[in-house]
Amino acid sequence: MRILVGAMTDSVSTPLKPHPAARIALVRDQAGRVVLAIGGAWQLDADLPDLDRIDAELFTEPGPTSVAFETSDLVAWDSGLVSYLASLAWRCRESGIAMQEEGLPDGIQALLRLASTVPERRAEGRDEHADPFLRRFGLDFIDLARSTGEILAFIGEVTLALRSMLAGRARFRRSELWLLVEEVGADALPIISLVSFLVGLILGYIGDQQLAQFGARIFVADLVGLAIVIQMGALITAIVLAGRTGAAFAAQLGSMQVNEEIDALRTMGISPVEFLVLPRLIALVAMTPLLAVYANLMGLLGGAFAGTVVGGLSPTEYFTQTVAAIGWNHITQGLISATVFGAIVAVSGCLRGMQSGRSAAAVGEATTSAVVTSIVFIVIASAGLTIVFDAIGLS
Amino acid sequence: MSPDGPTKPPSDSPRVPPVSEPISEPTSEQADPHILLDAVSVGYGETVIQHDLSFGVRRGDVFVIMGGSGSGKSTLMRSLIGLLAPQSGRILFDGESFWDAPEHARTRRMRRNGVMYQSGALWSSMTLEENVALPLEQYTDLRRSQIHEVAVYKLALVGLAAYCDYYPSEISGGMRKRVGVARAMALDPDILFFDEPSAGLDPLSARLLDDLILELRESLGTTMVVVTHDLASIFTIADDSVFLDAATQTMLTTGNPRDLREHCEIKLVRDFLSRGGE
Repeated sequence: MRILVGAMTDSVSTPLKPHPAARIALVRDQAGRVVLAIGGAWQLDADLPDLDRIDAELFTEPGPTSVAFETSDLVAWDSGLVSYLASLAWRCRESGIAMQEEGLPDGIQALLRLASTVPERRAEGRDEHADPFLRRFGLDFIDLARSTGEILAFIGEVTLALRSMLAGRARFRRSELWLLVEEVGADALPIISLVSFLVGLILGYIGDQQLAQFGARIFVADLVGLAIVIQMGALITAIVLAGRTGAAFAAQLGSMQVNEEIDALRTMGISPVEFLVLPRLIALVAMTPLLAVYANLMGLLGGAFAGTVVGGLSPTEYFTQTVAAIGWNHITQGLISATVFGAIVAVSGCLRGMQSGRSAAAVGEATTSAVVTSIVFIVIASAGLTIVFDAIGLS
Repeated sequence: MSPDGPTKPPSDSPRVPPVSEPISEPTSEQADPHILLDAVSVGYGETVIQHDLSFGVRRGDVFVIMGGSGSGKSTLMRSLIGLLAPQSGRILFDGESFWDAPEHARTRRMRRNGVMYQSGALWSSMTLEENVALPLEQYTDLRRSQIHEVAVYKLALVGLAAYCDYYPSEISGGMRKRVGVARAMALDPDILFFDEPSAGLDPLSARLLDDLILELRESLGTTMVVVTHDLASIFTIADDSVFLDAATQTMLTTGNPRDLREHCEIKLVRDFLSRGGE
C-alpha cells in the first residue's frame, strides 16, 4: 500500500522558491514496517503537505511495528520538518512504535535528540484542566470574599495612616501633594468643562422637547438645575476622575511595584500607604468637590444654552427660574456625594496599584480594575447616599 | 580560615541576649555574628523554597548568597530585608530576633540596613539627589542645606555627583545601580544588602561595582550581604558564602568560595564554582 501526499503549489511559478514542493510518501510492508519517504523542500514558509492523512494512516490500528525514513531527495529543510518529526517521535514513543532515525540527515537527528533530552519541567499545580461549573462558582465566591477582605484591610491601613497624619507623624512630601493637587484638579478642568456642558445641554434639549408639549418650557431650568446640582455634576466629575486619575494612580503605583520602588520604601521603613496613598487620597478628596462645583456651573450653562437657544427663553428668565429652583440643601447633597466619590476613586486606584503583580500585563490589569472598581462603587455609593439624604431630610 | 565555623546552628543557645558574651568555645571566629539564621524556612504561601537555613554572617565580611537560578536566593534576601516573613526559624541581627520583634522595632532595624535592588528601584518621580535625600529628610533633623551636602557627598562616593538633578530614566542601568548603592548608604547603615549587583551589566561596569563594594567595606567597615551567581564577582568580593540548592531546597555548604572551589566535597558546589568543572 502506498500513500502519496504533496503540496499543491507549483514550485516553478514562484521564482523566489526554486525548490521542488515538499512531499511525503508512506510505504508499509507485510511485516508492518513503515518507511516514510520525505522529499522536496520542507520549509516553514512553503506549503507543507497534508500531514493529517499520513498521521491517520500511520496510527490506525494495527499500528506499524517500526517507522524508518528515506530522505535521499530531500532538498532543504528547517523547523517545518523537524517539528513534524519531533511530534511524530513523541507519538511513536507513546504508542510503542520504534522510530529508526538513521535514514534522516545528521542535523535532523541531532535536533531531535536535543528536543527529546530537554527535561519536561512543569511546576506543580499548573494542570489547567477545565473545572466543573460548581467548582468554578465556588472558587469565584472565595475570590470575592478574599478581595472584599483585602479592600477592607486596605481601608483600615489608610485610616491608620490618616490617624498618624492627624497626629503629625505621617511621612510624605508636601511638594508631592501640591503636584498631585495640580494634576488631579487643575489639569482635569478642560475635560470636565466639555463633558458637563454637553450633559447639561442634552438634558436641556430633551427636557425642552418634552415640556414644550404642554407649554411648560420654563421648567427646563428646574429640571436641568436640580439634576445637575444634586447628582449629575458630582457623578460626571467622579467618572471623569475614575478614568483619568484613578487609572493613573493604579498605573503609577503598579509600575512602582514592578520596579521594586515600593519595596525600597518599605525597607527604608517608610510606609507606602503613608507616603504614596495618603497624598493621593487627600488631593482627590480636596479637589473633587471643587471640581464638582465647577461641573455644576458648566452643566447649568449647558442647560441655559439649550433653554435659550432651542427653547427660546430669555436668559434672565432662565437664570431667575434656576436660582429659585436650587436650594442649599441640593448643593450640599452634591458636594457630599462628590467628596465620597473622590475618596472612592482614590482608594480604588491606589488599592489596585498596590495589589498589582510584577509584570507589564499586571499593571494593565490593575489599571482596568481600578476604573471598574471605582465606577461600581460610585454607583453603589450614589444609590446609598440618596437613601441617606432622604432619611436625614436633606432632599 | 575555617569556613564551617559560623554554620553551626546555635541550638544550644535558643535565646541569645542582645549583647552577648562569647557563647561557646573560644575560636578565632567572632562569637557574635552580625546576622545569624537559625533553622530558617522561606517561601510563598504553602510553597517552601528553602528550609533549614542556619548560618552566620561575621561583622565586616562580604558575605555572598549564591546558588543557581530559582534556588531561592532572592526570596531569602526578601526575608533578611524585612519584606517577607520566614515560614519558620529565626533571623537575628546583633542577637536580636528580627521577625519576632514588634513592628516598630523591626522598622527601626530596617532603617539600619541599606538595600540595593537589582534594577536600582530608584523612585522615578524624583531626581537622583532627591532619591538619596529622602531617607535623610525622613529620619534626620538635618537642615535642608546639610541634607543637600550629604546627598551630594553620597552620590560623589559612587562617582555620580555631577548627575544630581537627573531623573532615573535619564541615566544608564549601571549608573542607576550605583545611585541605588548611594541611596542605600544614605543613613550610614550597619549592613548593606545587594540583590544581583552585576546582573545586566557589562563586565567593566560589573567590575566597577565590585570595586565599589570592596572600597566601601574597606573604608566604612559595613557588613555586606550580596546575592549573586556571577562567578567573577563572587571570587572578587566574597569573604564567606552560603550555597543554596534548588533541588534539595536547602543550603549545601558555607565557606570562602575559593576554598570551596578547591576543597568542597560536594561536587555540585565545585562544579558551580568552576562552571561545570573546567
